[in-house]
Amino acid sequence: MELSLSTRTVAGHKVLEVGGEIDVYTAPQLREHLIALVEGGDRQVVVDLGRVEFLDSTGLGVLVGALKRLRGVDGELSLVCAQERLLKIFRITGLDRVFTLYGTVEAATAGGEGASGAPAATAG
Amino acid sequence: MPTVRLSFSPAAAHVRTARLVGVAVARRAGVATELFDEIRLAIGEACSRAVALHREHNIPDLVEVALVDGDRFTVRVTDRAPIDAGLGPVLPDPPDPVALLDDTTVQLPVGDPSGEEAVAVGMRLALLIGIVDDLSVRPVEAGPGTEVLMSWPTKHGRNGGTAMRMSGQR
Repeated sequence: MELSLSTRTVAGHKVLEVGGEIDVYTAPQLREHLIALVEGGDRQVVVDLGRVEFLDSTGLGVLVGALKRLRGVDGELSLVCAQERLLKIFRITGLDRVFTLYGTVEAATAGGEGASGAPAATAG
Repeated sequence: MPTVRLSFSPAAAHVRTARLVGVAVARRAGVATELFDEIRLAIGEACSRAVALHREHNIPDLVEVALVDGDRFTVRVTDRAPIDAGLGPVLPDPPDPVALLDDTTVQLPVGDPSGEEAVAVGMRLALLIGIVDDLSVRPVEAGPGTEVLMSWPTKHGRNGGTAMRMSGQR
Protein backbone atom coordinates (compact mmCIF):
# COMPACT_ATOMS: atom_id res chain seq x y z
CA MET A 1 0.00 0.00 0.00
CA GLU A 2 1.55 3.22 -1.14
CA LEU A 3 0.78 6.65 0.17
CA SER A 4 -2.23 8.51 -1.16
CA LEU A 5 -2.51 12.27 -0.84
CA SER A 6 -5.40 14.54 -1.76
CA THR A 7 -6.25 18.08 -0.79
CA ARG A 8 -9.46 20.03 -0.49
CA THR A 9 -10.49 23.29 1.09
CA VAL A 10 -12.89 23.30 4.03
CA ALA A 11 -13.89 26.52 5.79
CA GLY A 12 -10.69 28.32 4.90
CA HIS A 13 -8.49 25.40 5.87
CA LYS A 14 -6.50 23.30 3.47
CA VAL A 15 -7.25 19.70 4.33
CA LEU A 16 -4.69 17.13 3.26
CA GLU A 17 -6.17 13.67 3.37
CA VAL A 18 -3.55 10.98 3.74
CA GLY A 19 -4.12 7.29 3.15
CA GLY A 20 -1.96 4.21 3.29
CA GLU A 21 1.37 3.85 5.05
CA ILE A 22 3.52 6.77 6.19
CA ASP A 23 6.97 5.31 6.72
CA VAL A 24 10.63 5.91 6.00
CA TYR A 25 10.00 5.24 2.30
CA THR A 26 6.83 7.24 1.73
CA ALA A 27 7.35 10.11 4.19
CA PRO A 28 9.37 12.20 1.67
CA GLN A 29 6.25 12.41 -0.53
CA LEU A 30 4.27 13.74 2.41
CA ARG A 31 7.05 16.22 3.22
CA GLU A 32 7.12 17.56 -0.34
CA HIS A 33 3.35 17.89 -0.41
CA LEU A 34 3.27 19.82 2.86
CA ILE A 35 6.11 22.09 1.76
CA ALA A 36 4.23 22.82 -1.48
CA LEU A 37 1.15 23.82 0.50
CA VAL A 38 3.12 26.27 2.64
CA GLU A 39 4.96 27.67 -0.36
CA GLY A 40 1.62 28.03 -2.12
CA GLY A 41 0.40 30.30 0.66
CA ASP A 42 -1.68 27.95 2.77
CA ARG A 43 -1.45 28.82 6.46
CA GLN A 44 -4.25 26.83 8.11
CA VAL A 45 -3.46 23.25 7.24
CA VAL A 46 -5.26 20.16 8.50
CA VAL A 47 -3.73 16.73 7.94
CA ASP A 48 -6.44 14.08 8.01
CA LEU A 49 -4.91 10.78 9.13
CA GLY A 50 -8.23 8.94 9.05
CA ARG A 51 -7.18 6.51 6.33
CA VAL A 52 -3.60 6.04 7.48
CA GLU A 53 -2.81 2.39 8.16
CA PHE A 54 0.72 2.83 9.46
CA LEU A 55 2.71 5.73 10.86
CA ASP A 56 6.34 5.61 11.95
CA SER A 57 8.94 7.96 13.41
CA THR A 58 9.91 9.35 10.01
CA GLY A 59 6.31 10.33 9.43
CA LEU A 60 6.18 11.97 12.85
CA GLY A 61 9.34 13.91 11.96
CA VAL A 62 7.70 15.20 8.79
CA LEU A 63 4.60 16.30 10.69
CA VAL A 64 6.71 18.10 13.31
CA GLY A 65 8.66 19.77 10.50
CA ALA A 66 5.44 20.95 8.88
CA LEU A 67 4.17 22.30 12.19
CA LYS A 68 7.37 24.27 12.69
CA ARG A 69 7.29 25.62 9.15
CA LEU A 70 3.70 26.74 9.49
CA ARG A 71 4.22 28.35 12.88
CA GLY A 72 7.21 30.13 11.40
CA VAL A 73 4.85 31.92 9.03
CA ASP A 74 2.06 32.44 11.59
CA GLY A 75 0.19 29.43 10.34
CA GLU A 76 -1.06 26.33 12.11
CA LEU A 77 -1.11 22.62 11.51
CA SER A 78 -3.86 20.48 12.99
CA LEU A 79 -4.25 16.74 12.82
CA VAL A 80 -7.38 14.65 12.46
CA CYS A 81 -6.94 11.27 14.05
CA ALA A 82 -9.47 9.00 15.71
CA GLN A 83 -7.67 5.67 15.39
CA GLU A 84 -6.50 4.36 18.73
CA ARG A 85 -3.39 2.72 17.29
CA LEU A 86 -2.23 6.06 15.91
CA LEU A 87 -3.26 8.02 19.00
CA LYS A 88 -1.12 5.62 21.01
CA ILE A 89 1.91 6.58 18.92
CA PHE A 90 1.31 10.27 19.65
CA ARG A 91 0.93 9.53 23.35
CA ILE A 92 4.08 7.38 23.59
CA THR A 93 6.22 10.01 21.89
CA GLY A 94 4.64 12.87 23.81
CA LEU A 95 3.60 14.49 20.56
CA ASP A 96 0.01 14.61 21.75
CA ARG A 97 1.24 17.63 23.72
CA VAL A 98 2.66 19.20 20.59
CA PHE A 99 -0.10 18.71 18.05
CA THR A 100 -3.72 19.69 18.27
CA LEU A 101 -5.53 16.43 17.56
CA TYR A 102 -9.15 16.41 16.44
CA GLY A 103 -11.56 13.55 15.98
CA THR A 104 -13.09 14.87 12.78
CA VAL A 105 -12.27 17.25 9.94
CA GLU A 106 -15.32 19.28 10.91
CA ALA A 107 -13.95 19.84 14.39
CA ALA A 108 -10.50 20.71 13.06
CA THR A 109 -11.85 23.30 10.66
CA ALA A 110 -14.41 24.81 13.02
CA GLY A 111 -11.96 27.32 14.43
CA GLY A 112 -10.22 25.31 17.08
CA GLU A 113 -8.55 26.35 20.23
CA GLY A 114 -5.17 27.87 20.74
CA ALA A 115 -5.09 29.61 17.39
CA SER A 116 -4.59 33.34 17.30
CA GLY A 117 -8.00 34.40 16.18
CA ALA A 118 -9.99 33.30 13.18
CA PRO A 119 -8.15 31.61 10.34
CA ALA A 120 -7.38 33.78 7.39
CA ALA A 121 -9.60 33.13 4.42
CA THR A 122 -6.91 32.35 1.94
CA ALA A 123 -8.81 29.71 0.01
CA GLY A 124 -9.10 30.10 -3.70
CA MET B 1 17.17 -21.01 16.57
CA PRO B 2 16.28 -18.69 13.72
CA THR B 3 13.34 -19.78 11.72
CA VAL B 4 13.51 -16.97 9.19
CA ARG B 5 16.39 -14.77 8.14
CA LEU B 6 16.06 -11.73 5.94
CA SER B 7 18.82 -9.54 4.53
CA PHE B 8 18.27 -6.42 2.53
CA SER B 9 20.31 -3.63 1.01
CA PRO B 10 20.07 -0.46 3.10
CA ALA B 11 17.20 1.16 1.21
CA ALA B 12 14.06 2.61 2.75
CA ALA B 13 11.88 0.73 0.30
CA HIS B 14 12.81 -2.60 1.87
CA VAL B 15 11.79 -1.68 5.40
CA ARG B 16 8.16 -2.36 4.59
CA THR B 17 9.12 -5.81 3.33
CA ALA B 18 10.82 -6.53 6.65
CA ARG B 19 7.69 -5.40 8.51
CA LEU B 20 5.47 -7.67 6.44
CA VAL B 21 7.75 -10.68 6.83
CA GLY B 22 8.13 -10.02 10.56
CA VAL B 23 4.41 -9.95 11.20
CA ALA B 24 3.87 -13.04 9.05
CA VAL B 25 6.43 -14.97 11.07
CA ALA B 26 4.99 -13.65 14.34
CA ARG B 27 1.59 -14.91 13.28
CA ARG B 28 2.98 -18.34 12.54
CA ALA B 29 4.89 -18.34 15.82
CA GLY B 30 1.64 -17.99 17.73
CA VAL B 31 1.98 -14.40 18.92
CA ALA B 32 -1.31 -12.87 20.00
CA THR B 33 -2.87 -10.78 17.23
CA GLU B 34 -3.20 -7.81 19.60
CA LEU B 35 0.58 -7.50 19.51
CA PHE B 36 0.91 -7.34 15.72
CA ASP B 37 0.61 -3.56 15.52
CA GLU B 38 3.47 -2.99 17.90
CA ILE B 39 5.59 -5.74 16.33
CA ARG B 40 5.05 -4.15 12.92
CA LEU B 41 6.03 -0.75 14.28
CA ALA B 42 9.01 -2.03 16.27
CA ILE B 43 10.49 -3.99 13.37
CA GLY B 44 9.98 -0.98 11.12
CA GLU B 45 11.73 1.33 13.57
CA ALA B 46 14.64 -1.04 14.16
CA CYS B 47 15.12 -1.53 10.41
CA SER B 48 14.74 2.20 9.69
CA ARG B 49 17.43 2.82 12.27
CA ALA B 50 19.78 0.32 10.61
CA VAL B 51 19.12 1.73 7.14
CA ALA B 52 19.75 5.27 8.39
CA LEU B 53 23.04 4.25 10.02
CA HIS B 54 24.25 2.44 6.90
CA ARG B 55 23.39 5.36 4.67
CA GLU B 56 24.91 7.89 7.03
CA HIS B 57 28.19 5.99 7.01
CA ASN B 58 28.04 4.91 3.36
CA ILE B 59 27.95 1.24 4.25
CA PRO B 60 26.58 -0.86 1.39
CA ASP B 61 26.40 -4.06 3.48
CA LEU B 62 23.08 -5.74 3.96
CA VAL B 63 20.93 -5.12 7.01
CA GLU B 64 20.15 -8.46 8.63
CA VAL B 65 16.96 -9.48 10.35
CA ALA B 66 16.61 -12.77 12.22
CA LEU B 67 13.17 -13.88 13.37
CA VAL B 68 13.32 -16.61 15.97
CA ASP B 69 10.40 -18.77 16.97
CA GLY B 70 11.20 -20.09 20.43
CA ASP B 71 9.70 -19.75 23.87
CA ARG B 72 9.31 -16.15 22.84
CA PHE B 73 9.15 -14.61 19.38
CA THR B 74 12.48 -12.85 19.06
CA VAL B 75 13.58 -10.33 16.46
CA ARG B 76 17.21 -9.36 15.97
CA VAL B 77 18.08 -6.51 13.59
CA THR B 78 21.79 -6.15 12.89
CA ASP B 79 23.59 -3.22 11.32
CA ARG B 80 27.27 -2.80 10.42
CA ALA B 81 27.74 0.83 11.41
CA PRO B 82 30.56 1.90 13.74
CA ILE B 83 29.55 0.95 17.25
CA ASP B 84 29.79 4.49 18.61
CA ALA B 85 27.36 5.67 15.97
CA GLY B 86 25.02 2.78 16.57
CA LEU B 87 24.88 3.01 20.32
CA GLY B 88 25.10 6.76 20.56
CA PRO B 89 21.57 7.69 19.52
CA VAL B 90 20.00 4.79 21.36
CA LEU B 91 21.24 5.00 24.90
CA PRO B 92 20.18 8.50 25.96
CA ASP B 93 16.70 9.30 27.17
CA PRO B 94 14.22 10.21 24.44
CA PRO B 95 13.96 13.92 23.80
CA ASP B 96 11.10 16.00 25.09
CA PRO B 97 9.08 16.69 21.95
CA VAL B 98 7.77 19.96 23.29
CA ALA B 99 11.31 21.18 23.80
CA LEU B 100 12.18 20.05 20.28
CA LEU B 101 9.37 22.12 18.92
CA ASP B 102 10.20 25.18 20.95
CA ASP B 103 13.84 25.03 19.99
CA THR B 104 13.88 28.04 17.72
CA THR B 105 17.54 27.49 16.90
CA VAL B 106 16.48 24.51 14.81
CA GLN B 107 14.72 26.32 12.05
CA LEU B 108 13.87 24.15 9.10
CA PRO B 109 14.82 25.56 5.75
CA VAL B 110 12.31 24.60 3.10
CA GLY B 111 13.37 21.38 1.46
CA ASP B 112 15.99 20.52 4.05
CA PRO B 113 14.85 17.43 5.91
CA SER B 114 17.84 17.22 8.25
CA GLY B 115 16.00 18.78 11.17
CA GLU B 116 13.08 16.44 10.61
CA GLU B 117 15.43 13.48 10.58
CA ALA B 118 16.82 14.54 13.93
CA VAL B 119 13.29 14.65 15.29
CA ALA B 120 12.58 11.25 13.74
CA VAL B 121 15.63 9.72 15.45
CA GLY B 122 14.35 10.92 18.82
CA MET B 123 10.83 9.71 18.11
CA ARG B 124 12.20 6.35 16.94
CA LEU B 125 13.89 5.89 20.28
CA ALA B 126 10.80 6.94 22.19
CA LEU B 127 8.67 4.49 20.21
CA LEU B 128 11.02 1.54 20.62
CA ILE B 129 11.30 2.10 24.36
CA GLY B 130 7.60 2.78 24.67
CA ILE B 131 6.24 -0.23 22.82
CA VAL B 132 8.82 -3.00 23.35
CA ASP B 133 8.94 -4.38 26.88
CA ASP B 134 11.95 -6.55 26.13
CA LEU B 135 14.40 -4.38 24.19
CA SER B 136 18.17 -4.26 24.14
CA VAL B 137 20.81 -2.75 21.90
CA ARG B 138 24.34 -4.07 22.01
CA PRO B 139 27.48 -4.37 19.89
CA VAL B 140 27.73 -7.36 17.58
CA GLU B 141 30.22 -9.99 18.63
CA ALA B 142 32.62 -9.57 15.71
CA GLY B 143 33.40 -6.46 13.72
CA PRO B 144 31.57 -3.16 13.68
CA GLY B 145 27.86 -2.96 14.17
CA THR B 146 25.07 -3.14 16.69
CA GLU B 147 22.06 -5.35 17.05
CA VAL B 148 18.62 -4.48 18.29
CA LEU B 149 17.04 -7.40 20.15
CA MET B 150 13.33 -7.49 20.86
CA SER B 151 11.02 -10.27 21.97
CA TRP B 152 7.35 -10.90 22.56
CA PRO B 153 5.49 -13.74 24.25
CA THR B 154 3.93 -16.53 22.23
CA LYS B 155 0.81 -18.45 23.18
CA HIS B 156 2.70 -21.69 23.44
CA GLY B 157 5.84 -20.27 25.06
CA ARG B 158 6.61 -20.33 28.74
CA ASN B 159 6.63 -16.53 28.70
CA GLY B 160 9.03 -16.30 31.54
CA GLY B 161 9.99 -12.90 30.28
CA THR B 162 13.62 -13.27 31.20
CA ALA B 163 14.84 -16.02 28.93
CA MET B 164 15.76 -13.67 26.11
CA ARG B 165 16.85 -10.72 28.16
CA MET B 166 20.13 -9.16 27.32
CA SER B 167 22.95 -10.64 29.31
CA GLY B 168 25.90 -9.50 27.28
CA GLN B 169 26.44 -13.04 26.08
CA ARG B 170 24.47 -15.15 23.75
